[in-house]
Amino acid sequence: MTNEASVTRAQLSNRLMVLLKEVHTAPLISFWVWYRVGSRDELPGKTGISHWVEHMQFKGTPRFPSGLLDRWISREGGMWNAFTYLDWTTYFETLPADKIDLALDLEADRMVNSRFDPEEVEAERTVILSEREGSENEPLFLLGEAVQMAAFDRHPYRYEVIGLKEDLRRLTRDDLYQHYRRYYTPANALIAVAGDFETTLMLEKIEKAFGGLPAGEAVKREIPPEPPLEQERRITVKGPGSTVFMHLAYRAPAASDPDFFAFTVLDSLLSGPSSLNMFGGGGVSNKTSRLYRALVERELAVSVGGGLHATIDPYLYDLVITIHPESSPEAVLKAIDAEIQRLQEERVREEEIQRALKQARALFAYGSENITNQGFWLGFSEMFATYDWFAHYVENLSAVQAEDVQRIAQTYLQPQRRVVGIYQPTGEETPA
Amino acid sequence: MMATLSPATWRSLPGPEDITRVELPNGIVVLTRSNFNSSSVVINGYLPCGSLYDPPDKLGLAGFTARALMRGTARYDFQALHEALESVGASLGFSANVHTITFGGRALAEDLPLLLNLLSTCVREPTFPHDQVERLRAQLLTSLAIRAQDPAEMAELTFDALLFPDHPYGRSEDGYPETVKSIRREDLEAFHRAYFRPQGMVLVVVGAVAAEEVIAQVNAVLGNWLATPADENRIVPPVAPPRQTVRQHVPLPDKVQTELVIGTLGPKRNHPDYLPASLGNNILGQFGMMGRIGEVVREKAGLAYYAMSSLNAWMVAGSWEVNAGVNPANLDRAIELIREEIRRFVSEPVTEEELSDTQAHFIGRLPLSLESNAGVAGALLNMERFQLGLDYLQRYPQQVLAVTREQILEVARRYLDPERLIIVSAGPPAEG
Repeated sequence: MTNEASVTRAQLSNRLMVLLKEVHTAPLISFWVWYRVGSRDELPGKTGISHWVEHMQFKGTPRFPSGLLDRWISREGGMWNAFTYLDWTTYFETLPADKIDLALDLEADRMVNSRFDPEEVEAERTVILSEREGSENEPLFLLGEAVQMAAFDRHPYRYEVIGLKEDLRRLTRDDLYQHYRRYYTPANALIAVAGDFETTLMLEKIEKAFGGLPAGEAVKREIPPEPPLEQERRITVKGPGSTVFMHLAYRAPAASDPDFFAFTVLDSLLSGPSSLNMFGGGGVSNKTSRLYRALVERELAVSVGGGLHATIDPYLYDLVITIHPESSPEAVLKAIDAEIQRLQEERVREEEIQRALKQARALFAYGSENITNQGFWLGFSEMFATYDWFAHYVENLSAVQAEDVQRIAQTYLQPQRRVVGIYQPTGEETPA
Repeated sequence: MMATLSPATWRSLPGPEDITRVELPNGIVVLTRSNFNSSSVVINGYLPCGSLYDPPDKLGLAGFTARALMRGTARYDFQALHEALESVGASLGFSANVHTITFGGRALAEDLPLLLNLLSTCVREPTFPHDQVERLRAQLLTSLAIRAQDPAEMAELTFDALLFPDHPYGRSEDGYPETVKSIRREDLEAFHRAYFRPQGMVLVVVGAVAAEEVIAQVNAVLGNWLATPADENRIVPPVAPPRQTVRQHVPLPDKVQTELVIGTLGPKRNHPDYLPASLGNNILGQFGMMGRIGEVVREKAGLAYYAMSSLNAWMVAGSWEVNAGVNPANLDRAIELIREEIRRFVSEPVTEEELSDTQAHFIGRLPLSLESNAGVAGALLNMERFQLGLDYLQRYPQQVLAVTREQILEVARRYLDPERLIIVSAGPPAEG
């Protein structure tokens, strides 16, 4: 058992990892179980299976039939949910501190005993298709999906987490159940708890609830890296509406790559600071960022936003732009390239880096108001690095030098390493 | 099971002991509560003027004015204002609803003076620079063009227009393309001059600053804003329930999913019917995974990713509505299932178990909803806006427990008439 920066790390004999952080600001505990499985682990023809398994985890076990769980947690005024991402799947419950045993019992039980009733699987198929169809109503989903697919040839990161419609129509109950049994084991999981508890007592409780589960096997997850793009790819998506959108995606470093921090500073200057918090905190606007000035202030675009993603393998740096009705994607691309060229040729000033740091510190403080968010970070950081990554985040940012930012711009932001996606509306309406 | 709060939770609820409420001589009401658990601070509040004052040919004027406040002031131009905010990771924003222009922001506690100073310059001395107004107009028109293609927003807009004919609640606070085009820069100035004044302004500050310090800081920047004579209060006309069922479809070609809104009037926020209606609504379409409606439409029939009900209670009236996103082929069946649930809801009392579950939920969720500064600030603002009293949260558990099954049935019958509903869908054109 080790203790770093008030976080206790332990491993049960069945190899289940545990991270605990006492926070006594409110009488609440946030309990998270993380599984090392996401859309990254899916084979062609089975896209969307991890997300669907996540849905089935709410359908009950013999001990906790589906409606019952919902009822108990709601009665206690708790909150529970789950998320599936490229690299991971996670489940959490945030409850009044004296009611947290319920979360432990439930998560230990559904790690092994979920039913995957065939009728429930069928009902959920239409629910997930409906979830996807809701997204398909949005131009930016359609464009983002096409850009993601064009950005990789083989790596599973090329698919949206929700999966392709044809796969969602074909997946079977047995596919889902096998996926569940393979990945949902103590050896492939991690527990993260933040809140109002005593560490030794919480560890005893976790040992009692999870210690007896068979370890299973940690699944090997090596995926051959995909070489960088060598030529710019351009795609156009057509659909209803009267607004033109552009989505640029550059291949970016993995979160564990030291370049990730310099890239974060670069992004903060170029498109504005991004919040790292999944729950609460809110963000900071980007009206003084270089791209806002170059695009929105010059009336080439009505909005611009960007961001990196913390992932296991190199993924994407995105810039999403709503084109001004009087402008064009070509004019916007030209202005973006001019700004990128400036980053490649001129070193940024020290005060710009200091500013990005202060912004990151503020966003950190906002996120720490919320225990669910603290529990999230405890586990999330372990999915692509270790908790140290998060604990030393601001420190790592402050080590970034102007020449690092310049090198990042020169290395990653080359036109041949990007996908340019344009949403071209087919609508007859004339823009205002 | 009785719904109870632990002593620790009880002590953590904001109340008269730890909320400071001060009315400045110029009429500004300040509410504040300290929280030194994190180093941040949140502000929110409103000025008592909103889209209620929009002339019919300039709908969207209050919203346009609100959004333009940060585009330039006597002491800051657009870039200087956002530089001051963003460089310290702070945020501030304004928007309008029917009754008020609202604002919200956050900063590190050390930057509260800066945040209050910017709030003051924006509300007292905006200059509405011509180029910024035109840039903002293009952004607003683009948002309206995107809205025109968003099935959920179009369904809601149409629902409001049918439920509140010839009434401010039935008009869009954002206006419409024609009306936003007709708003001149002088209109923004005139709106500001006519309706912005300290009387009736409410400002809430929650975070790592002592109450005396907050009051002193607010006084320093807003205390010298002179009260000016107010116009007579604008009377909001009464509303009447639908006389018959109205069914309308908003065709949006090439969209994939249909968004559905079914509903009618609900109680206003400070009416005695509100609490029983709110508990009843939770049973109907929220508790657990979206209550009875979610159970029938999502869990049993697998027709939708979401299907839920909500109560939107305002100053003079409210709406009580069910929302769902469904495949066009399942639309009629979803409507029938939802109407069936509404029929059941007004024909027999909820069960004892349902009521006790929902009561426990309403009380149990207090700590979670109040853990962050933003959560507490929202609660304080509601206390003031709806005159609920500073002891509202402390009285709340008893009030919730006093609601009976019969009261819920009575209130449900008073508002929900299954044969007189507004039913709006938006999405792919209806077949046939």
